[in-house]
Amino acid sequence: MHTILKKERLNELVWRYRIAAPKIAKKRQAGQFVIVRVESDGERVPLTIADADASAGWIELIVQAVGHTTTKMSQLNEGDVILDLMGPLGHPTEIKKYGRCLCIGGGVGVAALYSIASALKAAENEVTTIVGARNQNLLLLETELEKVSDRLLIATDDGSKGQHGFVSDVFKKLQAQGEHFDFAIIVGPVMMMKVTSDLTVAAGIKTLVSLNPIMIDGTGMCGGCRVCVNNEIKFACVDGPEFDASGVDWDTVMQRLNAYHDVEKKHQCKLNGLPHDG
Amino acid sequence: MDKKTDRFTRTPMREQKPDVRKHNFDEVPCGYSEEEAVREATRCLQCKHAPCINGCPVHIKIPEFLKLIEEKKYSDAAQKIKEDNALPAVCGRVCPQEIQCELKCVLHGKGAPIAIGNLERFAADWQREHQQAPLERCAIKKNGKKVAIVGSGPSGLTVADELIRAGFEVTIFEALHVAGGVLMYGIPEFRLPKRIMQEEIHHLELLGVKIETNFVVGKTAELDDLFSDEYGFDAIYIGSGAGLPVFMGIPGENSVGVYSANEYLTRSNLMGAYKQNATTPISHGKHVVVVGGGNVAMDAARTALRLGAEHSVIIYRRSEVEMPARDEDVQHAKEEGVEFHCLCNPVAILSDAKGVVTGIRSSRMELGELDDSGRARPVAIKDSEFEIACDVVIIAIGNHPNPLIPQTAPDIDISSRGTIIVDETTGRTSKKYVYAGGDIVTGSATVILAMGAGKIAAKSMIEDLL
Ligand SMILES: Cc1cc2nc3c(=O)[nH]c(=O)nc-3n(C[C@H](O)[C@H](O)[C@H](O)COP(=O)(O)OP(=O)(O)OC[C@H]3O[C@@H](n4cnc5c(N)ncnc54)[C@H](O)[C@@H]3O)c2cc1C
Ligand code: FES
Repeated sequence: MHTILKKERLNELVWRYRIAAPKIAKKRQAGQFVIVRVESDGERVPLTIADADASAGWIELIVQAVGHTTTKMSQLNEGDVILDLMGPLGHPTEIKKYGRCLCIGGGVGVAALYSIASALKAAENEVTTIVGARNQNLLLLETELEKVSDRLLIATDDGSKGQHGFVSDVFKKLQAQGEHFDFAIIVGPVMMMKVTSDLTVAAGIKTLVSLNPIMIDGTGMCGGCRVCVNNEIKFACVDGPEFDASGVDWDTVMQRLNAYHDVEKKHQCKLNGLPHDG
Repeated sequence: MDKKTDRFTRTPMREQKPDVRKHNFDEVPCGYSEEEAVREATRCLQCKHAPCINGCPVHIKIPEFLKLIEEKKYSDAAQKIKEDNALPAVCGRVCPQEIQCELKCVLHGKGAPIAIGNLERFAADWQREHQQAPLERCAIKKNGKKVAIVGSGPSGLTVADELIRAGFEVTIFEALHVAGGVLMYGIPEFRLPKRIMQEEIHHLELLGVKIETNFVVGKTAELDDLFSDEYGFDAIYIGSGAGLPVFMGIPGENSVGVYSANEYLTRSNLMGAYKQNATTPISHGKHVVVVGGGNVAMDAARTALRLGAEHSVIIYRRSEVEMPARDEDVQHAKEEGVEFHCLCNPVAILSDAKGVVTGIRSSRMELGELDDSGRARPVAIKDSEFEIACDVVIIAIGNHPNPLIPQTAPDIDISSRGTIIVDETTGRTSKKYVYAGGDIVTGSATVILAMGAGKIAAKSMIEDLL
């Protein structure tokens, strides 16, 4: 029984859920996700595991209510039960001592970023985190990220906090100051991941991006989550969700996502596919 | 019956009319009445050497169950089948009988072979409809051993059935939120009503089989975890199927509107996209092209019609004779208006500026020399390319083995095709107390072969553990 132990509103549309899931909590590692279903005949939605406590037996999910299922989920309260919860899925982030690491995130992508940043920090890396949002009120997990980062830099589209502009602008600034990095992980809206990873890859930094296309089963069975990496078809649910940014064919990633926004309006809610933020 | 006139003629099964059924998801064949079943069963010559039995991968005692139907002992007939096959209502509907038991029937050639599949279905349906599930649970003596089964497809269900009856404690771990494997997410309602599977699974639960859905072995727990004290299993059977769809590797395959058959059928069957109130969307293409010639392709093409397609077209690279789909399904598809373009092979999928499918370009093919599979190899004819306009393309050219277990259990030997290697006569893998069978071992095959493999493995699990 996956009972909601705690529900907390992070901003107008975003909630944090703590859910009883002892088996998943025990196994999960940074970068992994679960698939959730909240009603019978309902769709299966992938959500990143933002945090977990193996001994207490819970995981945390951060959910932005934008689509049908996430809206339904936002109506659930403490004590309610999540109908289906499956995971942890996907390969975990490869955590090791890289040296100077960049963790870049936007939108609810910071859910994944938080767990990855803390794992990198625990592996004795120097962690610089850059997060972006449209405005100050939409920034997520600021205090949490502050704790696991050596330095936290912020960008907002309207300049209400931190740098006026995008996370990519913050990176450009660091670059101009002559900073170098050994590793970068970028999680967020596709456009932001593309633009930012183009810069980090060009700077010679090994860069991972966490792709989150439409998924159905999450077990490699449907191929709906396919992405083109180094000219090969990969399934994000079993081969990913993280891929080396240098090989990702962003055009098809965006094409599939954008066209789905038109064709299948209900699917707008996919975690990192939000057409704003960052 | 007047044996002279009727011996060679098959009793037809009533079906929904093509122009009606292509607009609904109800089952196409309606089943035999008792009278029809008796008439058909009476045609059996009761041959002593019973060649039909050798044509059946699990060796159902065919003449014996036919005789029981003839004697109107329908439930006994069903029990007789169940001695060898745990899922007769399923197999009666989906087995390719025309290349198995019915091919070996001595009437074959002289007239129509006995409709063994139809009668298997009849007996199983009769028993299900007329009797409550027997509560045999209390009669089973427990032997104290615990077995885990990975995957709830026909293979895993067969092992569960065999082992629970032998007194084991049995738990099935299923990754999806519903048990049944391909029988639930792949094969459509109009060919195999989901309620039949649900009842079969419910019956296993009544016998004491535990089913844990949303449990991905390799992720939620690894094989070795299942052997640990926390879970405490003594042996594991892997029946995780061939779930990884193959794509063609041609330009345009990532366009919007291109689905694997698995995705298309899963959206429709498992997620109920065809129902009014479901939240999983499906593309209601008006012009649908399906690539492939197997059961999966037929199922996709016929599902498309039922979802409102005006044209549903099959493109297959060999000729119709080589089509691996069951004869009945090819026939049904044609009656419903599915168009067949055989000896054609897609070379590109076309799309508009937004990446949405607009058509498919194919080459015409001719058959050349025999290939490894013993079938004539299709060769492209020069300058023969042509285009078909469409808004949905469904790829149904096969599946690779599910990679989750191979990825997470490096101590199990895997073939270059990604299948788990087992000793065919025992189902044992290279890891002690781990067994495997079904599509994860053979690659995409059939329900009955998956069940046969389950029976073999169950037998050696009993030998090894007791
Ligand atoms: C559309 C379609 C139509 C078909 N039509 C026919 C037909 O008419 N006749 C016929 O004989 N055959 C047909 N087949 C083939 C037949 O369905 C398969 O051969 C058969 O289902 C294989 O059974 P299985 O038990 O090996 O695997 P599956 O039925 O594939 O079941 C495997 C199960 O294991 C689960 N699983 C996988 N990995 C894990 C894991 N790590 N942890 C937990 N669970 C896991 C999967 O979710 C799945 O439920 C068809 C197949 C398809 C796709
Ligand atoms: S979600 Fe179906 S294959 Fe990845």
